[in-house]
Amino acid sequence: MKTTYREAVRAGLHDALVNDPSVFMMGEDIGKYGGSYAVTKGFLDEFGPERIRDTPLSELAFVGAGIGAALGGMRPIVEVMTVNFSLLALDQIVNTAALYRHMSGGQFHVPLVVRMATGAGRQLAAQHSHSLENWYAHVPGLTVVAPAIVDDARGMLAAALASPDPVIIFEHALLYNFEGELTDAWKSADVRTAKVLRNGGDVTLIAWGGTVWKALQAASDLAAAGVDAEVIDLRVLRPLDDATVMTSIRHTRRAVLVDEGWRSGSLAAEVMARILEQAFYDLDAPVARVCTEEVPIPYAKHMEEAALPQPAKIVAAVQRMLGKG
Amino acid sequence: MNASQVVEVPPPLVAGTLPGSRDFWLARLRDMVLMRRFEERCADLYGQLKIRGFLHLYIGEEAVAAGAMPALAPDDAVVATYREHGQALARGVSAKAIMAEMYGKREGCCRGRGGSMHLFDAATRFYGGNAIVGGGLPLGVGLALADKLQSRPHVTAVFFGEGAVAEGVFHESLNLAALWRLPVAFFCENNLYAMGTALARSESQTDLCAKAGTFRIPTAKVDGMDVVAVYQAACAAVASVRAGNGPYFVEFQTYRYRAHSMFDPDLYRDKGEVDAWKKRGPIHALTNRMKGAAQLTEEEFAAIDASAIGQVEDAVAFAEAGTWEPVEDLTREVCAEARP
Repeated sequence: MKTTYREAVRAGLHDALVNDPSVFMMGEDIGKYGGSYAVTKGFLDEFGPERIRDTPLSELAFVGAGIGAALGGMRPIVEVMTVNFSLLALDQIVNTAALYRHMSGGQFHVPLVVRMATGAGRQLAAQHSHSLENWYAHVPGLTVVAPAIVDDARGMLAAALASPDPVIIFEHALLYNFEGELTDAWKSADVRTAKVLRNGGDVTLIAWGGTVWKALQAASDLAAAGVDAEVIDLRVLRPLDDATVMTSIRHTRRAVLVDEGWRSGSLAAEVMARILEQAFYDLDAPVARVCTEEVPIPYAKHMEEAALPQPAKIVAAVQRMLGKG
Repeated sequence: MNASQVVEVPPPLVAGTLPGSRDFWLARLRDMVLMRRFEERCADLYGQLKIRGFLHLYIGEEAVAAGAMPALAPDDAVVATYREHGQALARGVSAKAIMAEMYGKREGCCRGRGGSMHLFDAATRFYGGNAIVGGGLPLGVGLALADKLQSRPHVTAVFFGEGAVAEGVFHESLNLAALWRLPVAFFCENNLYAMGTALARSESQTDLCAKAGTFRIPTAKVDGMDVVAVYQAACAAVASVRAGNGPYFVEFQTYRYRAHSMFDPDLYRDKGEVDAWKKRGPIHALTNRMKGAAQLTEEEFAAIDASAIGQVEDAVAFAEAGTWEPVEDLTREVCAEARP
């Protein structure tokens, strides 16, 4: 069945609200407005204002309230409109949600789900285009996921809600209008593993969230040039599924990371380090990466495109690696 | 302007009859004496390097925890700060488990993972132990939201210092609680100094009730050195909250005798100011009042004090006999072992 990413996310949320009375949603403009990405349109009428709670512009307080509600036996799904605004809630996510199990010696845990849109590509300029998934993926105590395909948009939420600890879900804003084939695999989506989306023997492209389709496009372009690329959708950014990555690299012997975050201190750097730690002698070439250039995201379209990872940059990186660049 | 000049010390408490039973006030006196003896011992143990890290003593402020806690029911929730030994003891967390926690021992209430600033106890719904100023406020709002959504008649009491009032999250949290009429009691312990910064040196509006009142919630300003006044104000607040009237804000005006932490040289206030507040000590005040009402003798007080010292020594012995969690367990209690 064909569906959009938006519809898939919406169906996952709808399931959760129908199936579990302890699930409720909080966030800015999720109710009357219908969600800034129209994901929750109609939910207020269907589920009522107790379970679909429009909040004031108080990210720190409503994320903190989500933590408290989770401690109090509810299963809150908190929507922070975008990762850019999540910086206002960083204290509660990092200092409270992630630490409560540990600080309390295991007495308390925080089954909280926080969803947020992320990423650039819509000419929204510097303050509305961040990709800061790596900031969250740095923190022990959090699970961080980035659904890229419609199966995951549909199914990862259930696994996130089943987690006894906080889960941060990043939805790349460009993906909402993407259409894909929904398969039964959505029913077994987990928050543990990476997934091979395309098999190939020459190089492994490792991407997540908004860069997955760019990696798939690059793989398709490379195929036309006779290069057979494998594509891994990392899916889960913390904890990282090293096994799937290393298995692929032992087969292809080459790897290119594709990361919409800035290069310095990027999640790509972490994955590259793990590859060097675990599969160095299996490599035929230095690991490469295509990241966002070290510049705030510009408004002008041609400049924004130049700043971000693009299929052509991925193809070029692979060609260089193969000595064809 | 000298910070100490802006601080007015309220007049001493007048001896008189006490409302309620003698046994009730004897219990409050026992609580306060236990807190005092416990923390005096903590300071000693810090000097002996048995307790390390940050240690924030509550000495002088005991009437707030001792008076406010009995206003709550066992199923209510408590959220506190990093200066929470008093609240934990008053809530009924065992002195032994607290002391062992400060030693960093496995027998501590948090297996030694938390320390002085992070005391937690699920059995008494004691949710920390929050060491980011203001961090406990939205958490308490959320606990109250969970109670409301599940139609439970519980109240969440959030303790925080006046320093938290400067944080944006104070305003966000009070607004959210008021907007949604959540069952949360905001208990502000105004000890006049945020570390070393006096209230008047950091806030344009020093009337904390005026600030809280802008969220259209009931407020009360109470002498936090008077355990009787604290108890009465806390009961009124908790009753209002439990009746479904939404949040309530109480400012307890109190004073910390010791420095902010063991690292604080205490250079920002006059010794005279500290001495003036010591004359209004909460233990002294209740003792005098009970003696004046012929409800306490010197011998009885001495017995209470001796009992408290005994409990503290038992706690120290328990902590000394405690064990270290094996390093092999280092990465425990980060996430659940099984992941969906």
